[in-house]
Amino acid sequence: MKRRDFFKQSALATAGTMLIPNFLKAYEAQALGRKAFNGRVLVIVQLSGGNDGLNTVVPFRNDIYYRERPAIAVAPGNVLKLNDEIGFNPALQALRELYDDGVVTVLNNVGYPNPDRSHFRSMDIWQTASDSDQYLTTGWLGRYLDAACAGTAVRTPHRLIEVDDTLSLALKGEHLNGLAMLDPKKLHNQTNSRFVRELAAIKAADDEHNVSYLYKTLAETASSADYVYSKANVSATHTSYPASEMGRSLKTVAELITSGVETSVYYLSISGFDTHINQPGQQERLLRQYAEAVQAFTKDMKANNRLNDVMLMTFSEFGRRLKQNASNGTDHGTANNLFLIGGGLTPGKVFNEAPNLTDLDEGDLKYSIDFRRIYATLLRDWLKADDVAILGKKFDTLNFV
Amino acid sequence: MNEKNTKRQQVQHLFWRAGFGASPQQVQEALRRPLRRLVRDLFDDSRTFTPLTPVTSPGEPARKELKEAFRNGQLDRDKLKERLRMNRESIRDLNLNWADRMASGKGALREKLALFWHGHFACRVQNARAMEQYAGVIREKALAPFGELLTAVSKSPAMLQFLNNQQNRKNAPNENFAREVMELFTLGRGNYTEKDIKEAARAFTGWGYNLEGDFVFRRAVHDEGEKTVLGQTGRFEGEDILKILLEKEATATFIVRKLYRYFVNEEADESLVRELATRYFRTGYDTAALLETIFTSDWFYEPRNIGCRIKSPVELMAGMQHSLAMSVEPRQPVLFVQKTLGQVLFYPPNVAGWPGGRTWIDSSSLLFRMKLPDYLLRSAEVNIRPKDDGDAATENLFKRKNRLFETTIDWAGFERAFAEVKDTDLPDELAAYLLQQPLGAKQRELVLKQVKKEGSRPEKIQSLTAAIMALPEYQLC
Repeated sequence: MKRRDFFKQSALATAGTMLIPNFLKAYEAQALGRKAFNGRVLVIVQLSGGNDGLNTVVPFRNDIYYRERPAIAVAPGNVLKLNDEIGFNPALQALRELYDDGVVTVLNNVGYPNPDRSHFRSMDIWQTASDSDQYLTTGWLGRYLDAACAGTAVRTPHRLIEVDDTLSLALKGEHLNGLAMLDPKKLHNQTNSRFVRELAAIKAADDEHNVSYLYKTLAETASSADYVYSKANVSATHTSYPASEMGRSLKTVAELITSGVETSVYYLSISGFDTHINQPGQQERLLRQYAEAVQAFTKDMKANNRLNDVMLMTFSEFGRRLKQNASNGTDHGTANNLFLIGGGLTPGKVFNEAPNLTDLDEGDLKYSIDFRRIYATLLRDWLKADDVAILGKKFDTLNFV
Repeated sequence: MNEKNTKRQQVQHLFWRAGFGASPQQVQEALRRPLRRLVRDLFDDSRTFTPLTPVTSPGEPARKELKEAFRNGQLDRDKLKERLRMNRESIRDLNLNWADRMASGKGALREKLALFWHGHFACRVQNARAMEQYAGVIREKALAPFGELLTAVSKSPAMLQFLNNQQNRKNAPNENFAREVMELFTLGRGNYTEKDIKEAARAFTGWGYNLEGDFVFRRAVHDEGEKTVLGQTGRFEGEDILKILLEKEATATFIVRKLYRYFVNEEADESLVRELATRYFRTGYDTAALLETIFTSDWFYEPRNIGCRIKSPVELMAGMQHSLAMSVEPRQPVLFVQKTLGQVLFYPPNVAGWPGGRTWIDSSSLLFRMKLPDYLLRSAEVNIRPKDDGDAATENLFKRKNRLFETTIDWAGFERAFAEVKDTDLPDELAAYLLQQPLGAKQRELVLKQVKKEGSRPEKIQSLTAAIMALPEYQLC
């Protein structure tokens, strides 16, 4: 079997996979060509564990909300109102200020058909952009990287950077993977030993053997590490960031952006949102960290005149049940809200209707926006990429860019 | 390549594919025996089934019962939390006990095949007793005819829970189990219709398990009506469906292709797969016979099939431990390595199992793999942190509590195996043992630079071993 056929039948289409029809053919035959870096940046912030959307964007006029959450509801007087129906949790004060500046868009009821309440499965679905009964082995951003580097010999993992020690499925493509690094210095140290350096300099044979694949991966890692490290030395931010992990990560991202590193997508995650027990204190601490870090980042981008080039999307693998549990927490749910932040948005607002708490699916919210419509919009209208090839089918875009 | 090297490479190939590599002593002994005998030995060594050290006790309540007891007020919150923690730790211990067994080299073929079945019949539930029983099934029946294994796994509480068959009832069918049985366990996509799934799901109604962890058939919720599945019509029950699925040659082809890709080469040779599948089907899915055919065939030892597989994280770790007779105590780092590299036993990513092959490798996993010998052999400080997966229940299981791996390696035994080798030949001899790929000239030069000239012989052997294991070539078998 030819390598290409093999891939079609196996990697994209492992057991249980709905094929992405002709995806490879689509971008190989048409040779979409390497899209040069256009200066636009997408930053994705993943809230791991299933953030409780109803206590994040609070339906403060809704009796059902208060009836179902007697111990953990946010009191109406404390809510930072966005309109007549919903408002932010008070821990999102910093985000509220950004909202007032018109750079935040709130999308409600985001989800997908036949939602899965398992962390792992639902996160996979979000990261691969699959249907809920499909199992893909590549991530939506990885496939974006494949498309961006298709048809050229230039392979640049650093077009996609995850600020972490390990790489998420979202950034794994068919032919190429993104780059994981906590910061440029650490990656530099990892690749800078003589041993790694000299191995990386060995030219891999131009064949399909796995040895060549390993050496190519190593060479790309080392060259991307060098590139990012040398560039990143240029700029250190003057903005002060909170001392949280999220603050440190966004500071790294900001420094890379202002240094002129040609990275289209940054990926970050913070965990701790799996709040089955004593939710309010835990969730509010995390939300505050998130909002303050994002505010510093936005301020930094503005000061550097880059806010119009940056779009930050925040999501979680699912929301939580409407009804609180017996431990002052909430259990796994379904549809959730999602934030977009940046200067390139049509003026910031609440994008769509508030959750309908009278029309539930076994106690969980119903979705009205498939998350892949948001991906399609970001790919097509923001990153100027071929969303249909990357997502495997056409999703109607939304008009937020 | 001289005759001796060829034989050695073949021997090592066999041990890597049919197990987790061979210790240097095993290789030396094996060189004196014909390959056919070695294959027999491997089967003999795996003939008996030895259960893993138990991690739960028979009377121990399952997770669901604990929650029930909590709701009834028989258990307070702290007790419940404590018991749930113990449950998670039991799954962790089960993982480590199995990983130990793989590293021991005992019954290697059985464990290697069971690891394959774990990916094939991928299953993860937060119930230690069910996972323990499931692990017992895939290990005990690993070499049994496929039909026996399929039936036993299908009836295991862990799988029934994972695929929601407990909720599959007459008038309210849940199709998950029926779908995965066809798509992932037997026929593979394209060999059945949605209608077949719907009808088969009706046949599986009533398949479930009780609180004691035993399979039960609840006739009261079973749909007794007539079903038509893959062209056959009858008042089918679950067993009938499995029988129908096994009567389809597509099932044999699907399983054989997957086994071929695991044991021989990721790129399946379709004509060989067809030939093997025909025989597999005729022998009533005799997995042991199939593997014996593979391991004794000439094509298995062809250069294109040697050193071409990327080791999975579990294989990599077990292989290193086995080669060096290494024990890791406390055992937490074994879990840390699994987590960081993306293969945690009993936590497959989803029902389709680990995709494997090149998906194991990205920039960070490759760098970590190349650094691993340093952590394990030289106690270098670990400064990598695996990702939190969001589940509050399991996060703490994978954390490294200290930054050093404590390992014990039988260096004396390892060195003895190379006692006859001249100092100048050591790099090539060690590379020939540790790598299934040739050592390139530049790589050789680089490896030599890692050795202190004035070092003692044991120091030299240790540095060379660590350096060779850090090469990209060591990721292959």
